[in-house]
Amino acid sequence: MKPRTIIEKIWDRHLVAENPGAPALIYIDLHLVHEVTSPQAFSGLRERGIQVRRPDLTFGTVDHSSPTHSFLLPILDKVAETQILQFEKNCTEFGIPHFGYKHEKQGIVHVIGPEHGLTQPGMTVVCGDSHTATHGAFGALAFGIGTSQVEHVLATQCLLQQKSLTYEVRVDGVLKPGVSAKDIILALIARIGIGGGTGCVFEFTGSAIRSLSMEERMTVCNMAIEGGARAGLIAPDDTTYEFLAGRTFSPKGAEWDAAVARWKQLPTHEGAVYDRSISIDANELEPMITFGTNPGMGMPISGLIPDPASVTDSLERDSLKKALAYMNLEAGKPLVGQAVNVVFVGSCTNSRMSDLRAAASVMKGRKVAPGVRMMVVPGSQIIKRQAEAEGLDKIFREAGADWREAGCSMCIAMNGDQLSPGEYSVSTSNRNFEGRQGKGGRTFLASPLTAAASAVMGKVTDVRSLSEWPS
Amino acid sequence: MAELTAKFTALEGKFVAMPIDNVDTDQIIPARFLKTISKVGLGDQLFNDWRYNPDGGEKPEFLLNQAESKTRQILLAGDNFGCGSSREHAPWALTQYGFRALISTSFADIFKGNSMKNGLLPIVVPKDVHAWLFANPDSTVKIDLAAQTLTIADGRSVPFDVDPFAKNCLLEGVDELGYILKQDEAIRKFEAGRLGSLNTLAS
Repeated sequence: MKPRTIIEKIWDRHLVAENPGAPALIYIDLHLVHEVTSPQAFSGLRERGIQVRRPDLTFGTVDHSSPTHSFLLPILDKVAETQILQFEKNCTEFGIPHFGYKHEKQGIVHVIGPEHGLTQPGMTVVCGDSHTATHGAFGALAFGIGTSQVEHVLATQCLLQQKSLTYEVRVDGVLKPGVSAKDIILALIARIGIGGGTGCVFEFTGSAIRSLSMEERMTVCNMAIEGGARAGLIAPDDTTYEFLAGRTFSPKGAEWDAAVARWKQLPTHEGAVYDRSISIDANELEPMITFGTNPGMGMPISGLIPDPASVTDSLERDSLKKALAYMNLEAGKPLVGQAVNVVFVGSCTNSRMSDLRAAASVMKGRKVAPGVRMMVVPGSQIIKRQAEAEGLDKIFREAGADWREAGCSMCIAMNGDQLSPGEYSVSTSNRNFEGRQGKGGRTFLASPLTAAASAVMGKVTDVRSLSEWPS
Repeated sequence: MAELTAKFTALEGKFVAMPIDNVDTDQIIPARFLKTISKVGLGDQLFNDWRYNPDGGEKPEFLLNQAESKTRQILLAGDNFGCGSSREHAPWALTQYGFRALISTSFADIFKGNSMKNGLLPIVVPKDVHAWLFANPDSTVKIDLAAQTLTIADGRSVPFDVDPFAKNCLLEGVDELGYILKQDEAIRKFEAGRLGSLNTLAS
């Protein structure tokens, strides 16, 4: 048999039908739903009078429009409240297990899937959210879908799907202190551009990827979509199995042994051929930061903002000009030292324990700079409690940061957590599009270390320039 | 009755030219408008933050506020149009504004799929054709889906690719979910060959 990549192996195992004149019909092992992209799909089911085919393979949580302020306060936005209530009603009516607003295990959909062992190697995972790619960290084929497809999966547990191209992203070497998983993925996107992986699924390989923890792997896979790929994955290994062992939905006993034996068959065969490939030297990477209005407009933090005059393609040049005008930044200048108003640590990219610990390692014994607002938003209620047990909340609060309830928060700015027009933020989230964090807001994407260092200094800061770091 | 895929056969007319690369779905419809639980009323919010002043009044200089744009059904977009989130609200807003077809050098994957499911045809053209159209923004184009051709005003008939299944759905107004539901036997067979619960499904 021809050597296959992990992507092809998962695809082949999930083929339900291949009819002439139609895309392949593939089976979905796990469908995650949230309040924003599902209501119209449930309405569609009601109009057709059909049930959810596999509520046992579907799991819901509230994250995008839920407030992250204290649970003692009411939901102030009535439109958001209606959406949250409708979601809980839909899940209850169709028999879908879910974590509603204020549930003790509620959290960001891409945080809770792995947290409970719902996401497992070899699975197909979908969600009406483009950051579903996160689950690829476990060696699952995981991608975002639109609301029509949410309805298709609810109704049939299947999707019509065209096979993607395979794209190997090999990262070898050792990251320097102060350089993190976030910097790997920002560096990739800066190199290939935000359309660079269109039509592809990334497989991240290489020694630098192998040495990452599961949380760090999730950060890398999370932003596959910002590189244009619908999915990005990492073959499972002992790190994966150690993470999964004992979680609520992980197999137990003899089933666990059988599962691990199956999962060990997943990695790409020696000699398998990818449609495309790229190689990144981890030894050379610096902390990355974006300067523009898409995640491809990124550079090493010590770099200079590029000059549109040096761009030959006219549309590209205009895009860069437009981006710098929106950001009110000057070409040729460094970004380090740029004053910031807000620092956001959170989102499905960087809201897990290791992210909070990294930010806290910088904040410990330091203060958020005067005039800067810092929000720390854990990815789930479970993470929030664990961070509190470790005393991280105390470090953030004592520094003057705002420690909040779990949710997507200011990554997507649907829930009232947002920038004011003209404000600059350093954010650990995934998108710096115009207005993404609030109308007129300006976003610099970076790692938790860079975000925390910038909060302390009140300006864009290379964490390595702080004395006594790590503290 | 469930909504079927809107039909699309042919379209002839002028286009709105938006010479910006990497237009993301947060621009097409900002996230704060996604709190709705229905599909209606999104056309007014299309490109909201580019289209309106802080007081809610239209910015007269913005493309989509110009009188002739409001009658045009084709959008000529920059490269990688529709990148970013999976929100189907983006094609809902575009179609509710009145667009039926999009022309660019490339589209983001999820957006492209979402568009086809809503009677909005994304057409990928070569760079030179793209540039010619931007250089002739008041010209007329003719789209023939059955023949998969885009005819431009210099007389060229430019072929374009479209997934045959999606093409058929658009031409016939076929409902994609209806098609999948008819595969029930194959789905049952597949499920029968596997273990049935979440914690064991990764077989």
